[in-house]
Amino acid sequence: MGARLFKNFSFFSATLSFFILIGVFSVLFSYAQEALHEFGFDFLYNEVWEADEDDEGGIFGGYVPIIGTLLSTLIAMLIATPLAMGIAIFLTEIATEKMIQPVSVAIELLAAIPSIIYGMWGLFYFAPIVQLTVGGNGVGLLTAGIVLAIMIIPFMAAITRDAMNTTPPVLKESAYSMGATKFEVIKDIVMPYAKGGIIGSIILALGRALGETMAVAFLIGSVMSIPSKITDPTTSIPVLLANNFAEAQDLEMSSMYYLALILFIVSFAIISLAKFYFFRKSII
Amino acid sequence: MIFKKIYITIAALLMLSVANADEIKGRGASFPGPLYKAWTSEYFKTTTNKVNYTPTGSGDGIKSIKKRMVDFAGSDKPLKPKALKKNGLHMFPAIIGSIVLAYNLDGVKDGQLKLSRKAIIGIFSGNITHWDDNEIIVQNPDLNLPHEPIILAVRADKSGTTFNFTYFLNKLDKNIKVSKKPTWKSSRVVAGKSNSGVSANIQQIKNSIGYIEYSFKDKLGLSAAQIENREGYYINPTLNSFQDAAKHAKWIADNDFYAVIGDPEGVTSYPIVAATFILLPEEKNEINKKVIKFIDWAYENGDKVATDLGYVPLPTSTKNQIRQYWEDKKINW
Repeated sequence: MGARLFKNFSFFSATLSFFILIGVFSVLFSYAQEALHEFGFDFLYNEVWEADEDDEGGIFGGYVPIIGTLLSTLIAMLIATPLAMGIAIFLTEIATEKMIQPVSVAIELLAAIPSIIYGMWGLFYFAPIVQLTVGGNGVGLLTAGIVLAIMIIPFMAAITRDAMNTTPPVLKESAYSMGATKFEVIKDIVMPYAKGGIIGSIILALGRALGETMAVAFLIGSVMSIPSKITDPTTSIPVLLANNFAEAQDLEMSSMYYLALILFIVSFAIISLAKFYFFRKSII
Repeated sequence: MIFKKIYITIAALLMLSVANADEIKGRGASFPGPLYKAWTSEYFKTTTNKVNYTPTGSGDGIKSIKKRMVDFAGSDKPLKPKALKKNGLHMFPAIIGSIVLAYNLDGVKDGQLKLSRKAIIGIFSGNITHWDDNEIIVQNPDLNLPHEPIILAVRADKSGTTFNFTYFLNKLDKNIKVSKKPTWKSSRVVAGKSNSGVSANIQQIKNSIGYIEYSFKDKLGLSAAQIENREGYYINPTLNSFQDAAKHAKWIADNDFYAVIGDPEGVTSYPIVAATFILLPEEKNEINKKVIKFIDWAYENGDKVATDLGYVPLPTSTKNQIRQYWEDKKINW
């Protein structure tokens, strides 16, 4: 009796996540129908997002938030990747036993900070610094990108470190015995061995950066325009959704579901790529 | 022992939710949010009747009342008589508020900056790009305005505040469309969600200027500009100048008080004022009576709270007009 109940319960739990995934997708897809019908694929290239005066229709295009999402994520990745690699290499190859623990804990704590706190810190402390040093409005692509980078570093560093730790010591020792320097061992033994895990970690962090809402909403400026400089404000998909959801109706609401669907598909594709291709190759 | 405690807590919570079933629910405009909150808690204290208002935004309020999800809605944007008829709604004003232009400029204190109507139009249409533009300097010869780009702080969400502000801009220049979320033409724009988001941006970003509700300026100690009114006088945003502006509002019950009161006449009137409205579903008579009772109580007893919070109570004549309107619509108790 108990055993059967337990078996059914675990089966139920396992299938539930699958159904939720399908459920979310079908809700997004069906709610987006009106906008899909109205705008089709032109939605992806249209820069305008403007509702009519009586809120019943309007012209909506996803170009600006899509570009904004991609650019802010790109900036974050460019900053975060080398730093995260540095952290992981330091932790696995360079740090002494005594240092590993505190550095690891600090990195993990960084991951535990809720994103709204990053947003507030970014707006009240970081944005004035950016305005003073780089110019521009303070909030914008660059500020959002830097803070995003800080947010995804812990993820990337932790997964990369785990991947690097799987390098068999015998390989490294053989290299050292051949006269290889530490740098050569890292470059030619550890990095190639952990390649799959490293790329996977980058892709997972990318997925997280794409969907980040709260911190970016504080920092990106939320303006519907294509940035011409790195310090210009723009908007991203999650930020646009968060800002406009309460007030939108009909076609605008449907257009927002369209955007959500795009984000869903992109994130889904990215995570699948990481999971099924890169992780399968290396750690599992 | 501990289980007993948990049990009692749960039972108490259940009882609370049963008691709450009788309360009146409203949602909508965030502009009068702080005031409605004060009114409802005061009303509860004196009459033990519960009114629950959630400040989600005017658009959300209109949406919810159209779908009959709430008992009443707040909106800063009045609905045209045609739209009211179509959706079976009653409408009347509740309170008057004002919008200030707050700025973050080194060395320029609160109320020192004077903005002419031409300057305001230039700034918000993107034609005036720097603080030391002639149009601004002419009115402010004593101020040391920097050669820095003007950064506009605007709303990221659709907003009744934006509607009322663009209504004012439209009075100055017909090229600017009245909208709850316009596309700003200036190249340096930063948007924030709700009045608090815009206020935070103004506080943090040097050389910025933006439009916010007066109580936020008051609460956060931001600097706000004197604005040239219709008669050519520069008026500081104060309760007195708001009251003078409110006197000039013209309300007519025949069209459900549809009126946007921005840019009124009068030499002492502050120009950017706005009324906020209450919407009621016409078929729910019993609940409407309860809502009306609350509003009537607020008209009677809520003026002091309103003034303390930086709002302007409706003139007595208007209140009486509204009471008459209720009677005509047969929702008086």
